[in-house]
Amino acid sequence: MTEEKYIFTPKTKKNLVMLAVAGVIAVVLGIVLMQSGGHGHGDAHGAEAAAHGAEAAAHGSAVWLKRVMAGLWINNVFFIGVALIGLFFWSFNYAAQAGWSAPILRIPMAFSNWLPLGLILMLVVFFVGGHDIFHWTHEGLYDKASPEYDPIIDGKKEYLNTPFFLIRMVVYVVVWYLFAKKMQSLSLKEDLEGGHSYWHKIRVYAALFLVFFGITSSTSAWDWVMSIDTHWFSTLFGWYSMSSWLVSGVAMTILLVVYLKEKGYLPMVNSNHLHDLGKFLFGFSIFWAYLWVSQFLLYYYANIPEEVVYYWERWENGLYHGFWFLNIILNFVLPFLVLMTRDSKRHNIFLKMVCVIVLAGHWIDFYLGVEPGVMKENGGFGFYEIGITMIYLSAFLFIVLNSLSKIRLVPKNHPMLQESEHHHI
Amino acid sequence: MQVSSPVREPLVTGGRTIKNVTDDVCRRVEEKPSKSWFLAFTVSFGILLVGGYAVWMTLWDGIGMWGLNKTIGWAWDITNFVWWVGIGHAGTLISAVLLLFRQKWRTSINRAAEAMTIFAVICAALFPVLHMGRPWLGFYWALPLPNTFGSLWVNFNSPLLWDVFAISTYFSVSLVFWYIGLVPDFATIRDRAKGVSKLIYGMLSLGWSGSAKAWQRYETVSLVLAGLATPLVLSVHTIVSFDFATSVIPGWHTTIFPPYFVAGAIFSGFAMVLTLMLVTRKVYKLEDYITLTHIELMNIIILLTGSIVGVAYTTEFFMAWYSGVEAEQYAFINRAFGPYWWAYWSMMTCNVISPQLFWFKRIRRSLVLTFILSIVVNIGMWFERFVIIVTSLHRDWVPSSWAMFSPTVYDMGVYLFSFGLFFTLFFLFAKFFPVVNMAEVKSVLKSTSGNIKE
Repeated sequence: MTEEKYIFTPKTKKNLVMLAVAGVIAVVLGIVLMQSGGHGHGDAHGAEAAAHGAEAAAHGSAVWLKRVMAGLWINNVFFIGVALIGLFFWSFNYAAQAGWSAPILRIPMAFSNWLPLGLILMLVVFFVGGHDIFHWTHEGLYDKASPEYDPIIDGKKEYLNTPFFLIRMVVYVVVWYLFAKKMQSLSLKEDLEGGHSYWHKIRVYAALFLVFFGITSSTSAWDWVMSIDTHWFSTLFGWYSMSSWLVSGVAMTILLVVYLKEKGYLPMVNSNHLHDLGKFLFGFSIFWAYLWVSQFLLYYYANIPEEVVYYWERWENGLYHGFWFLNIILNFVLPFLVLMTRDSKRHNIFLKMVCVIVLAGHWIDFYLGVEPGVMKENGGFGFYEIGITMIYLSAFLFIVLNSLSKIRLVPKNHPMLQESEHHHI
Repeated sequence: MQVSSPVREPLVTGGRTIKNVTDDVCRRVEEKPSKSWFLAFTVSFGILLVGGYAVWMTLWDGIGMWGLNKTIGWAWDITNFVWWVGIGHAGTLISAVLLLFRQKWRTSINRAAEAMTIFAVICAALFPVLHMGRPWLGFYWALPLPNTFGSLWVNFNSPLLWDVFAISTYFSVSLVFWYIGLVPDFATIRDRAKGVSKLIYGMLSLGWSGSAKAWQRYETVSLVLAGLATPLVLSVHTIVSFDFATSVIPGWHTTIFPPYFVAGAIFSGFAMVLTLMLVTRKVYKLEDYITLTHIELMNIIILLTGSIVGVAYTTEFFMAWYSGVEAEQYAFINRAFGPYWWAYWSMMTCNVISPQLFWFKRIRRSLVLTFILSIVVNIGMWFERFVIIVTSLHRDWVPSSWAMFSPTVYDMGVYLFSFGLFFTLFFLFAKFFPVVNMAEVKSVLKSTSGNIKE
């Protein structure tokens, strides 16, 4: 039973390619519409955006190109986060000696195979569009003689400078990936040789990874999202972004587990295991909302201009106003209400529905983190954003499913497997 | 069927049977109080009386007896309040959150931890009540009660009022949770007792029948209460953190406060649980129930929450620099290198550096070192609150108002009183109540006892 391997069928591959092709079409359509001055939605902002566009063009690339870069960056951050959470999920399950999760752990772990491509994409987008995305990359900000000189940003230059930024990015992702490879290879050796020693060894690596994750999950979010709004700061931002990634990663895990189950794989996984996964999704969604409120309420309450401006830009701007509320509805209200009952956490259909909702919701959360800072008044959402996300999703799933097809789905000598088989709640 | 993986260590050792569990726990309630218990109780009660003098003087002469001044209007009182509330987090975390996470090791320690929670919250409540100056009018100040005092009405915008609601809810739910758990165990004692104690424990056990239906309801209620208590663990210390974070004071106004206060509360709560349990375990010979594995797991939670707190300290420091806000930058430099540098570095050493020793398995499983470190953590967490509160306040916006705080003997006396109260209550609990949840330990005995597996 535990010998099973996932077969990545040509049909599935074809479907993923089709998804990517549809994405490419949407991207092309979106870019064409942007260049014709519209927002992809066909709306009244068009003329206004074009006027601002001319102004923005003086600062950097054309508006449409900036939006292309923003869309790429949102997906870079979102998918690398999901990949990181796969690794985190595996590690905290090992560190906490969880028993129930043993048969599904390799699925989130497979997300980590996205990391190499994820890093390459980040580097490429940074080299091509870094100036459009990150205000702090502009030289003039640090030059006292320049009219652009900004004393506050100048004060951050020890941290926010291109070489250090790139070093951090490469170190984070490479170290994450090395941890993933090490733990995966130990787990595969356990398949062959058995015994408890591998489980103990993986626990040590998992604990060390958690330390590294505890620091880099915050610092990477400062770098990749918070520094876009270069003046703005929030001590909670790192944990807030981490929780957003966490919910997305758990949702992606559930979707794949349910998908594999419906294809007849993972016979050991039953509604009890889904129930536990559902509880994680429910609990972490509430956790995300808790952090959202903590950050928002404290800034709203104190009403200090340099802090509250971040929310002002998102709340008061008609472009983002809807997304602002959608963010809360999709990521808190809906999962909270739908997953409240025991039954909804034990049935595929509810789980799939909520997972799709929160994945879209947390994508929007990162959209709200990136787009307003990059695009200001010229942001938008349309065919381009949907298309580029479809391309990323297709590539992500392709890599994950492909890597899953090369190993046993279930770690057959995992010492917790028996506990998991008898798991009943 | 309950299966336990061979990599797990047994939670009940020494081949204890179900009957042994009953005997080992009930005996402490049934036997005559020992000399050492009398001694410990007398000392605690003595401390309570000595500290009681400071409480009396505070009530009689007013809070001018404390070392507060115009600039530092909040110091030991609020420090002690937050410290005790923080300690009061572990009980509900163990009983509720660990129940939801199905952590079987909680069964040996949840009873005492919940009792500790309740006593710690009582001690915490003491400080804001005393700070009212005239606590006999406290109901009107703390609750939205219509009254004839003119414009006296609560301020719903104030997190101090939210505190009143959050903590009283937390206290009520914790108390109910604790008591529901006690009912089957009281019934066990009742069934073994004679005479007056049979009557008393009979009343306490609320007519518990032990029928299957009663157990089914017991489990349902436990789960519902756990579901209610879990958000409360977060909400209480979140709102305590709001007491500071909603103010526009450098060092207080920072968004990481809510989750970081919660982590710090769990950190200090577990430290206090360890301090108490290590003593109780030794005196009551509970080594088979509170094993080295339990202690190791609690130490891992201390390591985890201590590290989270450490990340938060570092984040605050970094963001103060990164923000470019001069006042924030000054506040943090002043914390570390100003006149209260000793408090800051005590905090850093006790809370961030010392728990890292728990990376070593030998230290995690050492009783002596665990005991010492648990006290070190509690000292560190007291300093954390002192650092946040006093160093942020003592440099006012106007340099002419800069001040230092020195506690009077009455500040110390009231703090001493809270210790006396805490330990008096805890020793009464340890003598007259079953300190280990017999019913729940029995429920995990079969699947986790090393003996039965053989």
